[in-house]
Amino acid sequence: MSFLTIDKATKRFGGLTAVNEVSFTLQEGEIAGLLGPNGSGKTTLINLVSGALPVSGGVITLEGKTLSSRRPDVVARAGVARTFQLVRILPSLTLMENVMIPAVFGAKAHWGRAAEVVAETALAQVGLKGREGLRAGDLTYIDQKRLELARALAAEPRLLLLDEWLAGLNPTELQQGIALIRSLRETGITVLMVEHIMEAVRALCPRALVMNSGILIADGETGAVLSDPQVIAAYLGQVDAHA
Amino acid sequence: MRIFLTYALPLAALALLAIAPLYASAYQLGLLLGIATYVTLASAWALFSGHTRYISLATVAFYGTGAYTVAVLNESLPYPMVLATAGLIGAGLALVVGLSTLRLAGIYFVIFSFGLSELIRELITWYEVNVTGTLGRYIFLDLTPQDIYWQMLGLGAVTIALTAWIHRRRLGLALRVIGDDETVAAHSGIHLARVKLIAFVLASTIITLAGAIASPRWVYVEPSIVFNPTVSFLTVIMALLGGANRLWGPALGAVPLFLIFEWLSSDFPDTYPILLGLLFIGVVFLLPHGVLAGIEQLRQRRKA
Amino acid sequence: MLLTTLILGVVLGGTYALLALGLTLQYGIARIMNLAYGELTLIAAFLLVWAFQGLGLSPLVAILLLAPAGYALGWALYTLMMRPLVKRSGASGRLEVDSILATFGLLFLIQGVLLLVFGPNFTSISYLDRGVSVLGVTVAANRLVAFGICLVAGTALVVALARTRWGLTLRAVALSPVSAPLVGINVDRAMRQGFALGSSLAAVAGGTLAMYQTFSATGGVVFTMKALVIVIMGGVGNVGGALAAGLALGLVETFVATAIDPGLTLAATFALFLIVLLWRPEGLFRRR
Repeated sequence: MSFLTIDKATKRFGGLTAVNEVSFTLQEGEIAGLLGPNGSGKTTLINLVSGALPVSGGVITLEGKTLSSRRPDVVARAGVARTFQLVRILPSLTLMENVMIPAVFGAKAHWGRAAEVVAETALAQVGLKGREGLRAGDLTYIDQKRLELARALAAEPRLLLLDEWLAGLNPTELQQGIALIRSLRETGITVLMVEHIMEAVRALCPRALVMNSGILIADGETGAVLSDPQVIAAYLGQVDAHA
Repeated sequence: MRIFLTYALPLAALALLAIAPLYASAYQLGLLLGIATYVTLASAWALFSGHTRYISLATVAFYGTGAYTVAVLNESLPYPMVLATAGLIGAGLALVVGLSTLRLAGIYFVIFSFGLSELIRELITWYEVNVTGTLGRYIFLDLTPQDIYWQMLGLGAVTIALTAWIHRRRLGLALRVIGDDETVAAHSGIHLARVKLIAFVLASTIITLAGAIASPRWVYVEPSIVFNPTVSFLTVIMALLGGANRLWGPALGAVPLFLIFEWLSSDFPDTYPILLGLLFIGVVFLLPHGVLAGIEQLRQRRKA
Repeated sequence: MLLTTLILGVVLGGTYALLALGLTLQYGIARIMNLAYGELTLIAAFLLVWAFQGLGLSPLVAILLLAPAGYALGWALYTLMMRPLVKRSGASGRLEVDSILATFGLLFLIQGVLLLVFGPNFTSISYLDRGVSVLGVTVAANRLVAFGICLVAGTALVVALARTRWGLTLRAVALSPVSAPLVGINVDRAMRQGFALGSSLAAVAGGTLAMYQTFSATGGVVFTMKALVIVIMGGVGNVGGALAAGLALGLVETFVATAIDPGLTLAATFALFLIVLLWRPEGLFRRR
């Protein structure tokens, strides 16, 4: 049985079909990139998997357990963690509190020292060790991104959904970010990452999925997918539209 | 030092306040009771609205319900049972309001709470006029002003202790997360509707009990007396002034403001509502996070 | 009997629709949840009575004057009170809570002024209170005139929003305040206009109410509540929805008042509100 199964997932907003019968599966431990031009439905798909939006049709399951159209907190407790396209931290709480939250309210429901240990470990993993007492609102942009990832990791997730987590970083930070995600591979977490930066996709994801206008148009080994004429046309179409 | 501040100082203050009626005049006791009432109301209000930022404008809906329950039941049930019934009615009312609004965006809750006391007043008036045929009831309870004060002081102490306890529990953390970002809260595994509902029902039950305890002071009760919108208004401004997301903030706001309102309402009865409105707007503009946060900011600036 | 309820309901619904239209402009365009909205309505109502009784001014003329006066008051309120809050909140989402609190304070301020100037008693005027037969039902002439005014003002606004460049600008800001500046729209000005226009409608609605209803200085909350519920029923920012929902509330309220008890009209409003909340919180007239 596949780990994550997405079967004909569909999302309609009024007359617009943002995600149109998308189907694919992920094996446990896999790191896959989700690509596509702006507005192709990538973030909507992440929202469907994480429970932020109910599906209009289709089913999403994690190890046979239905995720689609469940409340986001139910999905989170089932072992799914996510980051957001526009970084979302809790500005008035400390770093420690920010990261403790999924440990406290997640599947394992840690409390007290146990939750702090999980949080400390996650903060150390992203390089924020020693700054636990700082207010999250005072962090720089890259550190806010790190904090958001630490928060996702502190959920001790089975499936991690990253929505353009590497966007907006400078070249040095990008290398650090890629190394950070690569280090997750050893932990066995399954990762589905929406990403625009091809360099990162090539470096991190053995497998790539491409969406265009709500439809999954390619799925396979990253090198092959990126040289697929249909994929190139989708991206070039995007460039044309901008020019 | 820390243990002294968290436990010894509040307990000593509570003991002092408990023996105060033995030395106070009737007028002073009235002031103490008023202060205890508003400390309770503002603290209970902040228990839910302070962290979540779901602004409840319905304080008097619950307060009045508590008072009116006593007016209806005071001759047919023993006093402790009357209080228990009032608490249950308040909790039930809060459940209905919460279940219909707290699953949705905050604005629906605000709107519902905004008209709630008018609604309850209208329903009670209709019922009394059409079914019982009498508008207005008497409360004959064998309670001295001291008795009422001690009960209110106890309820206030329980409210603050409960708030402190919740702050250290999962529920408190969940409420703070909801106040900062509901989306993150949900995706971290927090059951939003349940957390909000628990806090709202707790706060509303306390407010209803406060109304029930305070009611014997009136003797004569009718809907337009007990559902006075000024109560909702004062509760919000007191909590805001002190700092609604601090344990002692609402109490800190309630004490001076209650005294100011007493003075204003007796010396400037005509312009009193205008002054209240101006004061309220002033607090929203100048001290949006309350006095305690303002002092902290000043201190940090001095350090930096 | 049924026809009477229907006609009286539609007439009352006209005023409610106009009332809600102003509120939905303030919330939809300026993003201000104005809890003092009912008090703005009352200011206009009291001024109309004062002008009628004190100066002998015809209510029709008074309403013509109240409309621009309401606009000016709304403009001033936005500039002095709301804009600093808008600026302070930035993109943080604090504006909603801040505007609720600030207008809650404003509510008591205006109510205090009204109590001081006009006193706490119920007020009404007798203007055109002879009956006119409509489809065999006798309706007070003042109600019909009020309905006519609401019809004219409401239609004018709907046409202006739908057909003019200015209306397009306001609708664009209502739809997306973030991207509106990208196409050269002055969002600040549009929000101010939206708020002022909303106040102007509140004034006209208040004026028409005063022509046929009794009211008092402390009754503003009920008007705000009714307008809010209509706005939610129609879907926030949905002008057509507000008109339809306003008529619906007028009908339901008239039905409850005649069939059950006139003392339960707010209960009827809340009942409608509950149905909307439990069934279609996005509004009755919005496509799912």
